[in-house]
Amino acid sequence: MSIWKMTVRAAISILAIGTGPMISIAKPISYQLPEETAAFGPGPNQDAVLGNCAACHSADYIKTQPQGPAFKKDFWQAEVTKMIKVYGAPIDDADVSKIVDYLVATH
Amino acid sequence: MMDRRQLITRSGTALAALGSGTAFGSLRALAADTVTLPFENGERPLVKYPQKRLMIGLTSRPPQLETPFAVFDENVITPNDAFFVRYHLAGIPYDIDPDIFSIEVKGKVDKPVKLSLADVRKMAAVELVAVNQCSGNSRGFFEPRVAGGQLANGAMGNARWKGVPLKAVLDMAGVQAGARQVMFGGMDGPVFDKTPDFAKALDIDHARDGEVMLAYAMNGADLPLLNGFPLRLVVPGYYGTYWVKHLNEITVLDSVFDGFWMKSAYRIPDTDCACVEPGTSPKATIPINKLNIRSFVTNLTGGAKVKAGPVLLKGIAFDSGKGIKDVSVSTDGGATWQATKLGKDLGNYSFREWQLPVTLSAGAHDIKVRATNQAGQTQPDKPLWNPPGYMRNVIETTSVTAA
Repeated sequence: MSIWKMTVRAAISILAIGTGPMISIAKPISYQLPEETAAFGPGPNQDAVLGNCAACHSADYIKTQPQGPAFKKDFWQAEVTKMIKVYGAPIDDADVSKIVDYLVATH
Repeated sequence: MMDRRQLITRSGTALAALGSGTAFGSLRALAADTVTLPFENGERPLVKYPQKRLMIGLTSRPPQLETPFAVFDENVITPNDAFFVRYHLAGIPYDIDPDIFSIEVKGKVDKPVKLSLADVRKMAAVELVAVNQCSGNSRGFFEPRVAGGQLANGAMGNARWKGVPLKAVLDMAGVQAGARQVMFGGMDGPVFDKTPDFAKALDIDHARDGEVMLAYAMNGADLPLLNGFPLRLVVPGYYGTYWVKHLNEITVLDSVFDGFWMKSAYRIPDTDCACVEPGTSPKATIPINKLNIRSFVTNLTGGAKVKAGPVLLKGIAFDSGKGIKDVSVSTDGGATWQATKLGKDLGNYSFREWQLPVTLSAGAHDIKVRATNQAGQTQPDKPLWNPPGYMRNVIETTSVTAA
């Protein structure tokens, strides 16, 4: 064995001791979400809701909100406005009142 | 933060999912089983995700999973497969190769640094048991109710985190004079590029306190993907919003970070109690910061029927790291209190177990639990209120009937 080969082998074994076991601790992950457990059900202007809201979040974001007198039209109007102004949702002006009507009718 | 290419790929995936799901009505509308959390509109599906046991499903996309409360009675350490999950934005990195992953340290530093996961794992490691609690844990109990994730008490968990001090990584890059804050970004991001990407910041002294950690392991195993694999920030004593997942970007700033998730979201009233009169708005706000003190009974749930006679009450308490000094319990609605016996001390940032043998006479009992920390801070008798529904820490009452 030449000196050169010996040196290379030594280097490789040091590399294996130094990094091999450490790297193998974490394995690559390919993660799959299960099916969604809620859907945007039938209601007035359902298409406007499917075409806008559902692009960024599932229906349970809406369904789990509190109900009752404080959670009617003003509340949903404010939520849709927040989605546009704060979160940058690309919702056409014409769709805003349609979406609010759907939310008030179905929630 | 995601780059443009990743963003487009993920938007495409989300839209594809939308097309095949909602448009054709193929979403499964019914979960196998449900639980009903004890507030109005509290029914939730029990859901099974990879790497997780059955969890309480708050939302599907992005996923938000709450820990079933019985888990807190099983072990003072919350198992990885039961640890709560909270995302804000649906662009989540579902395919991660830890051999390719790297984290950058940049901004006001002498020498920007790029570290692989192997580089981070080669550094001197530290371990710490610490509670991670969502700012909005228990929001569903707010009265009047407020918008947001309607959680019961399961958006918290206690784990043994292993990683490297943020200080060590900052020192490698050399923080420059005049640095004021450090900003943190993860691989997850928004579906649309106009949505503010999730990013948080800590003051420079806090970032260099030696306790804030870049964690790659949790309870002796890799982080579950939904808890931030392969690397997340651990900010002991601070609300979970700062514990940035899939952490791959650390930027030293010479200014106060004014991103949406610091400047507009996760703000609390700038008052001593972080509260305002219910239904009113605060005059001024500050970023949410340290955990307040809480305690729970874990082996009895509200509405339980128990046998009259001797009962061993058990539970947990935690605070922001001052350390739990006392946990007292009342079985008569707060008229009289008894000190409990505290369990093993796993460190000031950990859950602290407690137990107390009591005798319950036949009839109804309101069991209350109240913790006090080494700084004398304790829990309020009446719930404190703020508009975003953060930081609930009222003395909990568990109403049971003995017969």
